[in-house]
Amino acid sequence: MTKHLKCTPKRAKKKRAPHLAPNDQASCSACVKSNRKTVPGVMSARGCAYAGAKGVVWGPIRDMVHVSHGPVGCGWYSWGTRRNLMSGINGVTSFAMQFTSDFQEKDIVYGGDKKLKQLLGEARELFPLAKGISVLSECPVGLIGDDINSVAKQSSAELDIPIIPCNCEGFRGVSQSLGHHISNDTIRDFVIETREYPEPVGPYDVALIGEYNIGGDAWSVKPLLEEIGLNVKAVWTGDGEIEKIAATHQVKLNIIHCYRSMNYMCKVMEEKYGIPWMELNFFGPAKIAASLRKLGEYFGEEIRQKVDAVIAKYEPKVQEIIEEYRPRLEGKKVMLYVGGLRPRHTVNAYEELGMSVVGSGYEFAHGDDYDRTAAEMPDATVIYDDISEYEFEQFAHELKPDLVGSGIKEKYLFQKMGIPFRQMHSWDYSGPYEGYEGFSVFARDVDMAVNSPTWGLVKSPF
Amino acid sequence: MRQIAIYGKGGIGKSTTTQNTVAGLASLGKKVMIVGCDPKADSTRLMLHAKAQATVMDLVRELGTVEDLELGDVLKVGYGDVKCVESGGPEPGVGCAGRGVITAINFLEENGAYTPDLDFVFYDVLGDVVCGGFAMPIREGKAEEIYIVCSGEMMAMYAANNIAKGILKYASSGKVRMGGLICNARKTDKEYELIEALAAKLGTQMIHFVPRDNQVQRAELRRMTVIEYSPEHPQANEYRELARKISENKMLVVPKPLSMDELEDLLMEFGIMEADDENVGKAEAAK
Repeated sequence: MTKHLKCTPKRAKKKRAPHLAPNDQASCSACVKSNRKTVPGVMSARGCAYAGAKGVVWGPIRDMVHVSHGPVGCGWYSWGTRRNLMSGINGVTSFAMQFTSDFQEKDIVYGGDKKLKQLLGEARELFPLAKGISVLSECPVGLIGDDINSVAKQSSAELDIPIIPCNCEGFRGVSQSLGHHISNDTIRDFVIETREYPEPVGPYDVALIGEYNIGGDAWSVKPLLEEIGLNVKAVWTGDGEIEKIAATHQVKLNIIHCYRSMNYMCKVMEEKYGIPWMELNFFGPAKIAASLRKLGEYFGEEIRQKVDAVIAKYEPKVQEIIEEYRPRLEGKKVMLYVGGLRPRHTVNAYEELGMSVVGSGYEFAHGDDYDRTAAEMPDATVIYDDISEYEFEQFAHELKPDLVGSGIKEKYLFQKMGIPFRQMHSWDYSGPYEGYEGFSVFARDVDMAVNSPTWGLVKSPF
Repeated sequence: MRQIAIYGKGGIGKSTTTQNTVAGLASLGKKVMIVGCDPKADSTRLMLHAKAQATVMDLVRELGTVEDLELGDVLKVGYGDVKCVESGGPEPGVGCAGRGVITAINFLEENGAYTPDLDFVFYDVLGDVVCGGFAMPIREGKAEEIYIVCSGEMMAMYAANNIAKGILKYASSGKVRMGGLICNARKTDKEYELIEALAAKLGTQMIHFVPRDNQVQRAELRRMTVIEYSPEHPQANEYRELARKISENKMLVVPKPLSMDELEDLLMEFGIMEADDENVGKAEAAK
């Protein structure tokens, strides 16, 4: 593996080597080191704790005002880029706008707490229908020590609205992962159990956790769960509603999708309210069917029958998709490098189309994510953690993939190499990719990328 | 658990007073933790008999991230079973010492350092509350009692009054209250009366007058508190007395800081500015 580090300086090579390894499928345990500080000087794909809080956990909740507390840039560049789609009317029932305290020199020197207080009052007045406000700290707030917790508490009482302070300064932790954890902690401390569902509790009440509605994923999965007889009471947090999230302590089962970003709250709800949780995968027909069957097993005969019926109902559609796309994609190789769940959850979707994933890795995963990845990936394929642009390129030369699925920074590197690419964080302006509906979109997009005639016309000038 | 923050002008003797008082509390059978909130990291040397225990920030720098740190690496047990932690921070002129305090206290909270068996937690905070970081120990849910160490010197009283302004800001939005002034005597004129009068004006009390005694320095040179070094010495009794008074203190107030004029009038009243001195400048001006 270390030959892919041949241009890396000695000390960096020593640090990086344990993050790259061949998969050992039978082991079911991580073959690489993870969740370590990025080696300085390399091109990293990682984000920061603030990105994890604003972009992932808090931002997608649609009926809240999300305030980026600090200078304007962090808020601006994290605005709407993740394509976590929202329903509702902007400014009335959803608030997909950019709110920031827009720090100036004087706010750094004199503190931004007074400005924050004023901003909260103005937001309340301008958007009286918002159900809550989150205050997300940018880096300077942690340095000058603005006590956002105290401002939030005071304003919350005065304005009669939940205000959640989130100390997610970007410099905390090694990646966006800590931002997820901090945000989970704020949900635990300020949100959960503060509301109840108006309708009586039912035996099939579930919540969908760690589902962010990228390209409309939740709108594909939620109806599917309803079709098998479950009541999805809340989605955390894609197209989410804060009051439904706050009442989630009443559900009977938590279905977790993105384990990395929300396992913390699942564990809290398990410990505190005895709610079990189940990690499921809705990418690719085999995984969808297995996930639905697992729910059928859990909820008993009534649900099991519906599950069988639903799987049978979609079977012809699945076959149709596979028959159409598989001949064109058979034998093609894919390399993935994405965020918290896709490097393992989407593997089956490619395999159903006759493709093989020859390399996979995460930006910010921990050991338990890699444990879960081992079984999903074929033996002896390459696993890479927090891979640098350089290493990624070296692997691509070696593995010669027909498709690379990664983020926006990687996109142009591979396209310039003449390798088809999909931006797999935001589904490349497409989606949904989850559920049966998503699988057809996914197959179409992958086919379109891999078999586009464009690549045959690209001639490198070098 | 009572959480107490000690503030005061730089060099006034906060760390010495805190550790001697804590030793006094320990001898009363109390369980105490000291959290040093000063990059100099000298808030626990008398308890541990060693300069510079490994500070939270030193280890964070070594390990790369605070997440890799274990509580056992930074929490040491010293004289009288007192738990000792130093936040640490940068050398003067670089970085952000205030953030060091925030990081350290967050770390202690997240890693369960505040165990229910503790009777007291003491925060020994750097001289001036220069930025939000140094107010961390008095944020909501942390220290609710503040004692200011001062002496009869004008600048020490000026600093005490300034700190009282800071307390007023936090007291108006939270539960933090002032417990009193601790006079660490410098043997200035009418020091006892002066600090008592200042305390009265601030609406608080002079909780104890600690007389100046070289025994403190002798003990310090041996990296010990007076209580440990010479338990029979009268100065050891002074610190035990201070510990007892803090332990029994019920007078927790929102302070009423003085204006600069009021503060100067107070000094005049106690004769620091002699009438003769007053006329020196005027005589010069008249020429």
